[in-house]
Amino acid sequence: MERTALPGRLTWQLGDVVATQPETARTKSLTLSVPKWVGHLAGQHVDIRLTSDDGYQAERSYSIASPPEDGQQLILTIERLDDGEVSPYLTEELRVGDKLELRGPIGGYFVWEERLGGPLLLIAGGSGIVPLMAMIRHRRAVGSSIPARLLASFRTYEDIIYRDELEREAKAGMAVEVIHTLTRTQPPGWTGYSRRIDAELLREVAWPVEQHPLAYICGPTPFVETAATALLPLGYEPARIKTERFGPTGGPDGQHDT
Amino acid sequence: MDNTTLDGNAAGGILQEIFPFEMTLVEETCAHCGSTRVVGELTVYKSAMGTVMRCPTCDNVLVRVVSTKGRYWLDMQGVRVLQIKTEP
Repeated sequence: MERTALPGRLTWQLGDVVATQPETARTKSLTLSVPKWVGHLAGQHVDIRLTSDDGYQAERSYSIASPPEDGQQLILTIERLDDGEVSPYLTEELRVGDKLELRGPIGGYFVWEERLGGPLLLIAGGSGIVPLMAMIRHRRAVGSSIPARLLASFRTYEDIIYRDELEREAKAGMAVEVIHTLTRTQPPGWTGYSRRIDAELLREVAWPVEQHPLAYICGPTPFVETAATALLPLGYEPARIKTERFGPTGGPDGQHDT
Repeated sequence: MDNTTLDGNAAGGILQEIFPFEMTLVEETCAHCGSTRVVGELTVYKSAMGTVMRCPTCDNVLVRVVSTKGRYWLDMQGVRVLQIKTEP
């Protein structure tokens, strides 16, 4: 860690917590000011490292929710896992003014830039929406007219992360189309989908393959497998289906089943 | 800390401490089954003991990385070839 950084090599650095914002009962967004941040692409993540008084360290990966245009400010949206080692601290203990050790940006595979084109099909299971939100915010920040559609699966209405922002986004000019499915309970008058994603649901929301769509799927492993598998018979090219998955049993902190 | 199954993106951080490249896009060829994948597609297990990357095709252990005080320990006997692109 103390050695001189070579270009491209990552080292741990410190960020200051400058804001915290509850998103749902289980998720919270942390805004970090990172003076030495080199910039990132929408879809990348960081590793967070906590060190206890006795020197024990725990590391977890968290997707960046903010667009590259935010400069040295990073937003991470963390889901609290009750048996987690890191997420309860990040969501409940951490305060504005605290410092956090982080390493990044990481990942060149699950990223979107405007030059990669579209139309975009973004498919989120639970907190898998976080890196997709960075893409939506980036698309907005650069004024891209590339069509984009978000299919987001949550258990209940109250679990929808970024709900207000997505509602505004869906009403704006050059909007991202937002389609929700609620797998467990639905509020009265719910007009969205009410089941786990399946091949039929994806057939209804996916862009026709003739439009050469680009798909990003992020969520728990079974969710990602289901979505990716369902897109293949529709003719989607495997190389244009990008996936990022969490562990099947809850994976890293911040990730869960949906 | 329990063992957790992740994808290769979770190994990008530790690999990129060691190698000065964007490592999730590096292609590795499995010494056991010969399949070639980008690191981001591998199966990754992280525990307090370190990071283990396995081939998603045959489950062969490709890479093990342990970071201890002042030392990286990198076992790559499961990898036949690493292809690192230095330009996009």
